[in-house]
Amino acid sequence: MGGHARARWAFLDLLVLVYALVPVLWIASLSFKDPSTVAEGTFWPTRWTWANYTGIFQNDDFVRGLLNSIGIGLISTAVAIALGTMAAYAVARLRFPGRNAVLGLSLLIAMFPQISLVTPLFQIERRLGLFNTWAGLVLPYVTFALPLTIYTLSTFFREIPWDLEKAATLDGATPFQAFRLVIVPLALPGVVTAAILAFIVCWNDFLFSISLTSSDAARTAPATISFFTGSSQFEDPTGSIAAAAVVITIPIVVFVLVFQRRIVSGLTSGAVKG
Amino acid sequence: MTARTVTGRAGRGAGRDERRLGWWLCAPAGLVMLLVTGWPVAYSVLLSLQRYDLRFPHRRAWIGPENYATVLTSVFWWDAVGVTALVTVVSVAIELVLGMAIALVMYRTLVARGLVRAAVLIPYGIVTVAAAYGWKYAWTPGTGWLAGFLPSGSAPLTERWPALGIIVVAEVWKTTPFMSLLLMAGLALVPEDTLKAAAMDGASAWQRFRLVVLPLMAPTISAALLFRILDAVRIFDDIYVLTNGAQRTSSVSIIAYHNLISGLNLGIGSTMSVLVFLGVAVVPLVFVKVFGASAPGQDRGR
Amino acid sequence: MAEIVLAGVTKRYPDGTLAVERVDLTVADGEFIILVGPSGCGKSTTLNMIAGLEDISEGELRIDGTRVNERAPRDRDIAMVFQSYALYPHMTVRQNIGFPLRLARTGKAEAGRRIAEAARLLDLGELLDRKPAHLSGGQRQRVAMGRAIVRDPKAFLMDEPLSNLDAKLRVQMRTMISRLQKRLGTTTVYVTHDQTEAMTLGDRIVLMRRGVVQQIGPPQELYDHPRNLFVAGFIGSPSMNFLPARITGDHLSTVIGDVPLTAATRRALAGHDAPRDLILGLRPEAFADARLAGDRPAEAREHTFTGHVDILESLGSEKLAYIALDESGAIRSEHLAEAFQDGAGGAHVQLVAHLDPRSPVREGEDVVLTFDPSVLHLFDPDSGLNLTRTH
Repeated sequence: MGGHARARWAFLDLLVLVYALVPVLWIASLSFKDPSTVAEGTFWPTRWTWANYTGIFQNDDFVRGLLNSIGIGLISTAVAIALGTMAAYAVARLRFPGRNAVLGLSLLIAMFPQISLVTPLFQIERRLGLFNTWAGLVLPYVTFALPLTIYTLSTFFREIPWDLEKAATLDGATPFQAFRLVIVPLALPGVVTAAILAFIVCWNDFLFSISLTSSDAARTAPATISFFTGSSQFEDPTGSIAAAAVVITIPIVVFVLVFQRRIVSGLTSGAVKG
Repeated sequence: MTARTVTGRAGRGAGRDERRLGWWLCAPAGLVMLLVTGWPVAYSVLLSLQRYDLRFPHRRAWIGPENYATVLTSVFWWDAVGVTALVTVVSVAIELVLGMAIALVMYRTLVARGLVRAAVLIPYGIVTVAAAYGWKYAWTPGTGWLAGFLPSGSAPLTERWPALGIIVVAEVWKTTPFMSLLLMAGLALVPEDTLKAAAMDGASAWQRFRLVVLPLMAPTISAALLFRILDAVRIFDDIYVLTNGAQRTSSVSIIAYHNLISGLNLGIGSTMSVLVFLGVAVVPLVFVKVFGASAPGQDRGR
Repeated sequence: MAEIVLAGVTKRYPDGTLAVERVDLTVADGEFIILVGPSGCGKSTTLNMIAGLEDISEGELRIDGTRVNERAPRDRDIAMVFQSYALYPHMTVRQNIGFPLRLARTGKAEAGRRIAEAARLLDLGELLDRKPAHLSGGQRQRVAMGRAIVRDPKAFLMDEPLSNLDAKLRVQMRTMISRLQKRLGTTTVYVTHDQTEAMTLGDRIVLMRRGVVQQIGPPQELYDHPRNLFVAGFIGSPSMNFLPARITGDHLSTVIGDVPLTAATRRALAGHDAPRDLILGLRPEAFADARLAGDRPAEAREHTFTGHVDILESLGSEKLAYIALDESGAIRSEHLAEAFQDGAGGAHVQLVAHLDPRSPVREGEDVVLTFDPSVLHLFDPDSGLNLTRTH
């Protein structure tokens, strides 16, 4: 394991870093380009500017879209976590007929093609008055976040040893005290992980958002971006779109980096442990 | 320990109370999932049997399987099926190889392991639409740094095959990290001692990988493949941003979307929804047949 | 501190399996009692029923004279040490030990004093602010003990508390637990599958098999007067030797020659209406090297036989000679299969002799062994009962 091996690994590391980072840097760089220099086609900006960022934050549609994204994302995540935690606890810790049905249904939905829901939901939501509302997006978001939540959390619940609950009751705890003082603190990291993964699913959605909304009343940021046309007919929206792309990406990338380890274990737990 | 757990469980008043609690806890999640998917699926079957164009609502009528005939004889539909299948197969194949390479680097590297692992998560974290715009501009003549490498006058996104290539690149770039994380978790399940034993038995690095690592990782690989295939056939965001289905680059999701939102044709849109749903349902069955794998995520004898 | 009484305690699962059948046991105040047996014998279930972690199907459990069948675990005032230790990973050692006090709303000063006392008894002083993840196995075990003793419960229940430790630590912790229990004088029920722990720790042993109590008594009594084949095979290491034997007149024919029956043995057999074919049981230490037997009493030298030493294990303070016997020495009995937990059913066609370390015996050579016919046990091959047991 001499310097030779280290140099070889360093080179491979570098390739991976280039792979992961160059496309990101490109969007970031594009967002800092002065609109008049966009057509130069260089990788790095020749003239740096914040104009694209100030521009999009003065764009009511985008700000509104961002608020919709945050609001709808948080509500969906909260609902998915609440429902998912209960189901995951039951699946992991209780024996009851129908347990496998819940797991099977989750798996089915995790693989469900969203497009197959879009047409009927479009019509159903228009009839129920949910079309173009927050609730109209929260419903499918919760549905598609639930399988992930149930799988991630049930893995976490399974890892909490049974003996701990027993020990707590012998130590004099009521069932609720055992849950509050022992199970909840131990499950908390799992809940946080599941919440982040669920939020990413909601934040990343594009299809439901462009199909089930018709105005900025509920349209989320990714969909808003696709409607960018530039402030005038002749202005190229490239810089604005790049800046908006960076803005909607930053929160997720920060989440992902801060909770790196948990996210990796959450993402892989279902697949590897089965 | 197993016996202990079982007795522990049975001891918690087994029977009725536990059953009832289990049902109550699962009911809300189960109902939401069933309602938001089951009802629309049933509804879309009904819609698919009607002539129902929102532009001409008065012409609504039950027409039986006529919509299916229309869709299944449409060149555009079969083009979309072909594009979806092609993009799926090509990108998942590339992702598997590239993902395995990245997984090996992340797992084995001696330098800056944390940095590499963090960096790989970035493509995963980026919103698909945002990344797609990045790729779009990179290949736009004049604007893009990648377009600059091409002979002048070429506009790859306006030609079918180059456009499909770019769609695959965008898809692969964004989802390979997920694949490599799954595969890295699989690598961690291969015991170090087994690898040492194989090395003592005279296996070269490549032989260790092929004869020891790969077989032990087979369940992980097949799980990752199945997840990714089912995800890839849903491809929508990348194509929407990059070509919006122009130059015969529509996937089934794109064409169904256009029939609904641009065409406002609920009947045809629903028919496509049902066909996509059936098509996706077939994937795991074919997959199990071909790879002989048990469906991943199943509660394996726990 | 309390007396624990199990009266006809039975555990039947919904599917009908009988895990524990009519256990009658009185654990005296301050007594250290061991529940021992092979896995699946019902010892842990019995302990869980005392703890309240499992319902009692039939029978009554009394603590200090009060029926507690229906009481929740938390209302029984009993502490338990788990095999996995069940330490709360998110709490420090201090918080772990103090958890029962916190739940009982013990005052801060009082709790602090009692935690400090427990930590002193268990030598945990320096570890109080650590989390369980940063402790060694032995330290975790002591924290689990600390959590049990801190609130001075009526009784301790211990479920294989040492089985996750390595051999050397296990011996140390064994003496620590023994000392602690004597000092605190708290009634203790201790579950183990290890007969050495059972022999060394308890005031009395309850040996169980398939949910049924086989024998209750002080360790030495189980060793000297096993009630049946199972008890005889389970207690003692190395295990008792078992050989087929046939009564012919006033002696036994066996593969190690004819053995005369003492008057006492004959009386005992007569009272049992014994069959002619029996199983002879001889402890390894019943044998001695004939060359060194001079210092044994005459009757202990009465019988000799010659055997071929297959393997010799020198343990320093003793020697174990393994003597191969021919196939006619084989015994198959389900009673023994379970006692040895090896599935071989006692079909080891060999005999183990526990010899003095001064014995010049050598591997691969023949040795002349003597044994004392008055210490033999005779078992009924079908019922497994010990026919020579006098009380």
